[in-house]
Amino acid sequence: METLTGLFNYWIVIVLMMTGFYIAIARGHLVKKVIGLNIFQTSVFLMYITMGKVRGGTAPILKDGVETYTHPLPGVLILTAIVVGVATTAVALALIVRIKESYGTIEEDELAAADREGA
Amino acid sequence: MRENRILRIVAAKLLIPYILLFGLYVQFHGDFGPGGGFQAGVIFAAGCILYGLVFGLAALRRAVSPVVLEVLGAVGVLVFAGTGVATMARGRNFLDYDAFGAHGQHWGILVVEFGVGLAVTAVMLSMFFAFAGRGKGGASG
Amino acid sequence: MSDTVLVDILVLVLLVCTALVIVRMRGILAAVMLTGIYSFLGASWMLILDAPDVAFTEAAVGAGISTVLMLGTISLIGTQAKEPYRSPWLPLLIVTATGAALVYGTLDMPHYGDPEAPIQVYPRPGYVELVHPDTRDAFHPPGKEGAHPPEMPNVVTAVLASYRGYDTLGETAVIFTAGVAVLLLLTGGRRRKGDRP
Repeated sequence: METLTGLFNYWIVIVLMMTGFYIAIARGHLVKKVIGLNIFQTSVFLMYITMGKVRGGTAPILKDGVETYTHPLPGVLILTAIVVGVATTAVALALIVRIKESYGTIEEDELAAADREGA
Repeated sequence: MRENRILRIVAAKLLIPYILLFGLYVQFHGDFGPGGGFQAGVIFAAGCILYGLVFGLAALRRAVSPVVLEVLGAVGVLVFAGTGVATMARGRNFLDYDAFGAHGQHWGILVVEFGVGLAVTAVMLSMFFAFAGRGKGGASG
Repeated sequence: MSDTVLVDILVLVLLVCTALVIVRMRGILAAVMLTGIYSFLGASWMLILDAPDVAFTEAAVGAGISTVLMLGTISLIGTQAKEPYRSPWLPLLIVTATGAALVYGTLDMPHYGDPEAPIQVYPRPGYVELVHPDTRDAFHPPGKEGAHPPEMPNVVTAVLASYRGYDTLGETAVIFTAGVAVLLLLTGGRRRKGDRP
C-alpha cells in the first residue's frame, strides 16, 4: 500500500508516456505522429520534475525563513529540454508541409507506396 | 460579422500592450521570481502573434519586419557568445562572470538572459511568418 | 496527505483522460486543440510540483507556440485523416511490454517526495548554497545576525545562466538553427527584397 501511494505518480506518468508512444506508432497521419511525440515528451518532463519534489518543500526561490526547497536542478534541465522540443517540433511541421506539397498526401502508407514505385 | 470584428479589435487593443509589458517584466525580473529569457521571449512573441491574427499579416509585417527579425535572432546568439568572449578578454574562463567585478554574476546573467530573450522572440516570430505567409499569396486577417 | 490532494487527483485524472481522448480522435483540428489543453494541464501539474519556471515555460511554449505552429500547419495541409488502417494489436503489445518494463524499473525508485532520496542528498546537502555564490554570505554572514535578502533569489535562473551557462548557449544556438531550418524549408530563400507585398 505504501508502495502504491509512494509510486503512483510515476505510474501515471508512465501511462501518459505509453499513450504518446502508442499514438506515434499506431497512427499513420504524420501530424498525429508529431502530436504523439509531443505527448511523450511532456510526460518525460513531468517525470523528471516529479523526481525533484520534496515533501514540505517549496519552489526554489530563496526567501528568508524558508527551510526546505524543492531541488532546482531537474527544473533547469527540463527548461532546456522544453525549448529544444518546440524547436524540433517546428522543423518537423515544416517538413510535413513540404512533404504534402511534394507527394500530395500525408498518410504514411501512401507515402511508402509512392516511394516504392520510384516516384 | 461586423460586431465580431469590432469586438476582436477592441479586445486586442486592450490586451496586447499588457502582454508585451508583461513579457518585458518577466525578462528583467527573472532573477527575482519565476521568469527569464525563454519565457519572456515566448510571451513577447505571443503578443505580436495576437496582433497578426487580429489585424492581418500585412499589418504585422509593417510593424515587425521579417528581415529585421532574422538579424535579431543572430544578434541574440551573438550577445550571449560575446559575453563569454568578453570574460575571456578580461583574463578568466569562457562565461566566467566573476570577470565583471563585484556584482559580476548579476550583470552577466542579466545580459545573457537578454540575449536569449531576443533570440527566442525573433525565432518564434520568424517561424510564425514562415508558416502563415506560405498560403496562396499569404494569409489574411 | 498534502492539502492540495484533491487538486492533484483532479489534474492527474484530466491529464490521463485528455491523452486517451487524443488517441481516439480522428479530426486533426480537435487533436491539436486537445494537445494544447494537455500541455496546459501538464504546466498546472508542474506548478503543483513546485517548479514555477518550468510551468511558465511549458504553458507558454507548449500551449502557446506549439499550438500556433500546428494550427498553421493544418491550415496549409487540411484537417482530414484516414481511418486507422492497421490492426492495433501489435502496437498495443509493444506499448504494454514497454510500460510493464518501466513500471518494474520504478519499483526501485525512492518514493515521491522523499527527503532522503539520492537526488536530494548527493553530491552534498546544501546544494542551494553551493550553486549560488550570493547565498554563501547571505545565509552564513560572517559576524552578522539576520540575513539580508540574497541578490538573486531565483536559483533556477542563476544555475541556468551561470553554473550551466554553456549548456544554455548551446540551447540558444539550437533555437536559432531551428529557426533557420524552418525559414529555409518554407521560404526557401526565394524571397528577394521588394518581392512580396
